[in-house]
Amino acid sequence: MRLRYLVPAVVLIGLIVLFAAGLKHDPREVPSPLIGKPAPAFALKLLGKPDQPYTSADLKGRPVLVNFFASWCVACRVEHPFLMQLASQGVEIIGMDYKDTDADGAAWLADHGNPYRTVVADPQGSAGLDWGVYGAPETFVLNAQGIIVYKQIGPMDEQVWRDHVAPLMAAKP
Amino acid sequence: MRRLLLAVALFIGSLSIAAAQVDDDALLPLAPLPAAQQARYEGLIHQLRCLVCQNETIADSQAPLAADLRKQVHDQIAAGRSDAQIKRYLTDRYGDFVLYKPPFKAKTWLLWGGPFLVLLVALAVALRFARSRRAMAPATNVDADALQRLLDAERGVDRGDDPPKGSA
Repeated sequence: MRLRYLVPAVVLIGLIVLFAAGLKHDPREVPSPLIGKPAPAFALKLLGKPDQPYTSADLKGRPVLVNFFASWCVACRVEHPFLMQLASQGVEIIGMDYKDTDADGAAWLADHGNPYRTVVADPQGSAGLDWGVYGAPETFVLNAQGIIVYKQIGPMDEQVWRDHVAPLMAAKP
Repeated sequence: MRRLLLAVALFIGSLSIAAAQVDDDALLPLAPLPAAQQARYEGLIHQLRCLVCQNETIADSQAPLAADLRKQVHDQIAAGRSDAQIKRYLTDRYGDFVLYKPPFKAKTWLLWGGPFLVLLVALAVALRFARSRRAMAPATNVDADALQRLLDAERGVDRGDDPPKGSA
């Protein structure tokens, strides 16, 4: 008999735990099917240098961060100071100027500072589409073999870097 | 006051950004398809989710990404690819989440089976409840005589008779 009164309480507690876990889960962060797969191929040009090609093969050989940004992207401005800090620590970040014009992208970098070792122009967002980008900024972590090992959707900060990205970047090839 | 002005300025700024994004190649009208292909196109874009505004299909969404995806679907249909190939193209990049009707597999069995599980649990509870009620029913038959005696006694009181001896 006493067990019967316990059942609703247990169900209620179960639901509270379930909903609490659900609240912490950000529905905007869609898990990428590309984790553990080679970075999708692209052949683009460097920002402002249409005669200099840059392809996905150039990403191999060392762990790198690939950061999709744009001059029209408001959240990229939030993330920007942290990328500057990473660059000053010697982290190699490849910038992908996503659905942007070369002039706007270059002006934005001139205004705010350039944290990227290399800036690739993706004016049509074609690489962005192949990489499953749906909202800048998005940052991919590639290992030395060019495999995507982590994806950060939205601005990266100190905590994300410390907890998820730094250990992957330090991994020996 | 300065804060308010700043907020207004930011709001207007964000509008201009949105306007700049809308001014995009991808929003140019797509070339018309033959009727059969157009029907497939309409069907597909109503089954695909826009990842920016997650409760809208790419058919309904105004987001630039939705326009890009519509263009992809359009161009791939025009290039002769099948519906399954196009869905595969999108799930390879964005995962099953892009499909409004996700496939049944190890990761999604709870999603598909969950309602039936809940129904089973509800049926089990209802069955138990019905059984326990049936188990209670015979007890009232046994007490029918006692009840009749009590009712008779009550009527006796109403008529002003003395209560029968030993009924208390």
